[in-house]
Amino acid sequence: MKRGEAAITVDGVAQAYGLEGDPRRVVALESATLTVARGELMCLIGPSGCGKSTLLNLIGGLATPTVGEVAIDGERVRGPLPKKVAYVFQESALFPWRTVIDNVKLGLAFQGVARAERGRRAEEALVAVGLADFANHYPGQLSGGMKQRAQLARALGLQTDILLMDEPFAALDEQTRMVLGEDLSELLARTGKTIVFVTHSLVEAVFLADRVAVFTARPGRIKTVITVEEGHPRSRGFMTSDKLARLRNELYELLHDEIRKTMGEARA
Amino acid sequence: MSAAWGYRLTQLGFVATLLIAWHLSSTYGLVSPILLPSLTASWHEFMLLLLSGSYLPDLRVTLYELGVAFVIAASLGCGVGYIVSRSRYWVRVFDPLFAGLFSIPAILLFPLYVLFFGLGAGSKIAIGATIAFFPVVLNTITGFDYVDRAYITAARSMGASGLQMFWSVMLPAAFPVVLTGLRMGFILAFLAILGAETIASLAGLGHRIVSYAESMDPAKMFSYIFFAILIAFILNVLVSMLEKRVRRGPR
Repeated sequence: MKRGEAAITVDGVAQAYGLEGDPRRVVALESATLTVARGELMCLIGPSGCGKSTLLNLIGGLATPTVGEVAIDGERVRGPLPKKVAYVFQESALFPWRTVIDNVKLGLAFQGVARAERGRRAEEALVAVGLADFANHYPGQLSGGMKQRAQLARALGLQTDILLMDEPFAALDEQTRMVLGEDLSELLARTGKTIVFVTHSLVEAVFLADRVAVFTARPGRIKTVITVEEGHPRSRGFMTSDKLARLRNELYELLHDEIRKTMGEARA
Repeated sequence: MSAAWGYRLTQLGFVATLLIAWHLSSTYGLVSPILLPSLTASWHEFMLLLLSGSYLPDLRVTLYELGVAFVIAASLGCGVGYIVSRSRYWVRVFDPLFAGLFSIPAILLFPLYVLFFGLGAGSKIAIGATIAFFPVVLNTITGFDYVDRAYITAARSMGASGLQMFWSVMLPAAFPVVLTGLRMGFILAFLAILGAETIASLAGLGHRIVSYAESMDPAKMFSYIFFAILIAFILNVLVSMLEKRVRRGPR
């Protein structure tokens, strides 16, 4: 499969909870149409409650859209696709009763990998994220950054083409976040995975993404998609460049009104 | 000296004061020796009891009753608790119901159980199982009901089958809470069985204590009370050890 062709297509997708006409009905996502190319890192950014995490769950098959269709490799998504799509979640979704390496192995067991192969693949995944020395630690013994590395290892071990990341670095301090961002960019350059990354951070979005999809306030739609012309892996130099600053400001302008709207709604 | 040692010493001092008060009141005849035998006589009987091994038949009866009652309560409690936890509706119905029933003193059922199951082990097993069922079932419901959604979502995204979800996610996530219920159930069953044996029975540690009280042999009665305390202590230590072994790995 070549870089550039569509890996994920989202066609007129909407998601609502509750029946039509019910006053408690919540429209989580009004309408989204989006194509993510193979090997691309697409960031989803927008105010709280705009439906960007909802869209991620629809892409991963963890939820079914009320309207519209999501397709991966041209095939309609009807449920989780563990062979094609791996997740990294915001909160630690590691199993605290298992060591780091056993967490990775369990993911492989769920995916259906033969027992004999699990150990080797788990070790490789831990090496890839720099956690080999902590294989036998429990998640509770790791720092926040290391936990997210471990989650990333669990997702990498699954060897899927697509990685969905739901604010994976949101709970981390800024320094840790920057380092993990650099590592992720390098990983992307090395493996050519297709990544959809939900974030709240403007800088993170510009630093990581090939394209950034900007959402409107609830009920969410995709307002615009901006392109970041910069190859991976991205260096520290890019972090401090004028180009990043300019794009960040552009993004801020786009988001500013939407965030005001969300806050106004919260105040009302 | 560390603070922990200070607490220990005060605790020991407290127990020693009680024993000294007992010793003094029986030595100086403040309490009739028929009601309260001398501490030394009771201790002597206790040592004789330990050395002779004459406690064995009664101990066997009590432990047998406890074992069977616990197995019944644990399997029924875990089974029913798990089934209830699968449905939001059933949790709403049964969780408050079991909690309410748990607050009724189940020992009140004992006379009925004697009529149903006789004076022997049957009625003790029934009362022990009844009392132990509630903490087990309540904790099983809570344990399975409160499994973090993040674990379930993560497992689902990785393709976990129903069976894998149960064995590798639900069970280990719920386990600590269920284990606490099992421990409470075990201790409550032991207390209930000893109590029931003192009310109406043919054998067992509780039965022996009452029979010595009724035959005006308080020193022997106390020797069995000491023995029951010793057994309770040993069971507690064993349960804690087992719990530590099972709860391996920091959480």
